Amino acid sequence: MSELRLLSDLNPGDHGVIAAVHAPEGLGKRLTALGFSTGRPLRLVRRALLAGPLHVRLGTTDVALRMAEAAGIQVRVAAPGPA
Amino acid sequence: MRRVALVGMPNTGKSTLFNRLTGASARTGNWPGVTVELASARVLAGRHMVELVDLPGLYDLHGFSDDERVVRHFLEAAPVDALVVVLNASQLDRQLALALQVKALGLPTLVLLNMADEARRYGIRIDEAGLAADLGLPVAAISAKLGTGQAEAVRRLAALLDAAGPARDAALREALAEDHRREAAVESLLARHVHVPPRLSDTASDRLDRVVLHPWLGLPLFFVAMLAVFQAVFLLGTPLQDGVEALFGAARKSALEPLLAPLPAFTRGILLDGVWAGVGTVAAFVPLIVVFFFFLAAVEDSGYLSRAAFLTDSLMARLGLDGRAFVMLLMGFGCNVPALMGTRVMRDRPMRLLSMLTIPFSLCSARLQVFVFIAAAIFRPGVAPWVLFGLYVASFLAVIVTALAFKGRFASREPFVIELPPWRAPSLRLVSLRGWIEVRHFLRRATTFIFVGVVAVWLLTHLPAGAAPAGPGTLAGWIGHALQPVLGPLGIDEKLAVALLFGFVAKEVVIGAFAVIYGLEGDALAAGLAGSMDWVAATSFMIFTLIYTPCLSTIATLRTESGSLGFTALAVAWPLALAWVTGFAFYQGMRLAGF
Repeated sequence: MSELRLLSDLNPGDHGVIAAVHAPEGLGKRLTALGFSTGRPLRLVRRALLAGPLHVRLGTTDVALRMAEAAGIQVRVAAPGPA
Repeated sequence: MRRVALVGMPNTGKSTLFNRLTGASARTGNWPGVTVELASARVLAGRHMVELVDLPGLYDLHGFSDDERVVRHFLEAAPVDALVVVLNASQLDRQLALALQVKALGLPTLVLLNMADEARRYGIRIDEAGLAADLGLPVAAISAKLGTGQAEAVRRLAALLDAAGPARDAALREALAEDHRREAAVESLLARHVHVPPRLSDTASDRLDRVVLHPWLGLPLFFVAMLAVFQAVFLLGTPLQDGVEALFGAARKSALEPLLAPLPAFTRGILLDGVWAGVGTVAAFVPLIVVFFFFLAAVEDSGYLSRAAFLTDSLMARLGLDGRAFVMLLMGFGCNVPALMGTRVMRDRPMRLLSMLTIPFSLCSARLQVFVFIAAAIFRPGVAPWVLFGLYVASFLAVIVTALAFKGRFASREPFVIELPPWRAPSLRLVSLRGWIEVRHFLRRATTFIFVGVVAVWLLTHLPAGAAPAGPGTLAGWIGHALQPVLGPLGIDEKLAVALLFGFVAKEVVIGAFAVIYGLEGDALAAGLAGSMDWVAATSFMIFTLIYTPCLSTIATLRTESGSLGFTALAVAWPLALAWVTGFAFYQGMRLAGF
């Protein structure tokens, strides 16, 4: 049981596998270098207050990114719950 | 002499390694093809004298961020004999691609797996020999923080240089997009040689994050932490600063004054009150900068700075800034100079410039001294603290107005995607080294500028010869008089205008200038001030002093850090305009209201 959602819509604790990364050239390269590529597992650790940035874990790398950037990343979410 | 460049992603400990290898011998300098300064130093590797260059951190050799461009332009313009790629051993899954990119350049390359100790704690096992064989590059595991593996790494570098021919700078451009093959190679290398446990254990870092990044507690906790750092910097820095000043005063009294006594009064004045005072002004900043960078390096190395950016980002984003700018603004309340130097942690130039434009509005400790004196002289004891509080609020408002006014002009192109490195204990040795390097940077770049400014103000307040110092007969007096049409509407008279001229050198000098101008000191001066202006004029003067111009040291720092005269001019002109409008609105508004 899995569903496709935007990273910006996930709740803390949700985890899944990256299905697609939509980003302009420069940002795309940056995201790839930080580990955002199709097929990689990912977990939303927490969100900052007031629609602030998201704290995402990819493997051993922790990344903070804003909602705008997270809205370009599609995640195939496994059953929600603590990772 | 062989040239070797260090390449690696941000947060891999590349600069830590550089500092460790080169000690304090590093210098920053200009290089062909690039506009930024790069640190380099000479080190001995076997029988080779090596010029080691620390290149900016980059994620992608073929990327387009400022730093990534700098690295490419440097490699194309300066012949390099070999490259050292520094990778974070616990993040090889995403960092190996960089090693392959560098390998594709065709230069002799050494791969260093840094933070090997941290990787082991994660349970990551790396088959170095196998990885080296399949990569076709020598590989060594090190810990730059602990210093382990360093000797072995230098030996490998020497061996690499033994085998290397003369530097080849052509053929570099050939090495281009092989991105598809590279990705497959990473997958295969990882699958065969690197074992990562499927799910990381709940580390101490996670537990600490749960508190520090807590949705509600995180921000207050950060404020408390910054307040503590701020207090510590000034608890330690201010006595040291006073000590340096006392030292300079003592040297002047006991050695210089008797020594220079035979000289004519004018020459003696320019040497003592111009040159010596200028040297003293510069020197007094040194302890503050050392202590500040000591703490900043500790905060940065620990990983808290990235987390502060995470916490404050949603607030600062509305001003066109990000969380790191907030940290520097807070630091600016101590002293603007190190806070400006601290903006180097920002990679994106427009955002860094916008931060540098806002920092001089932070009510620094020098301005606080002036305001405490004036507030105590003019206001009742119950009211004075509220006046100071109001000035702090005005300081924040000036920052907000400035950021909002200029965020379009310095629009940040960079999306906010930053790494949150795991918490690490900062190493004392490296943190102190950083403090020392920053002080040298400040001394080298700021001295001439400050020196010239101090001498110029001395001349303005003492020429023509024979006029009473800073009196109406001097050049400064004339300027004060000429400025009356502009400053009069703000309630600032000729004497106060001359004091503002002094404040341009350093804000704390304003009170000293009052003493010279009014010919009074201490309580008599306070009484004199109270007699010569009412609370509206005094407040208008304080508002103007808060905003009007960064001090000389700050301007010198703005210039060296931005590398642009145009930007420095803006950073002086905009506060002047803002100060005038604010002072005018306040003074005239209050007078209209009948005060």
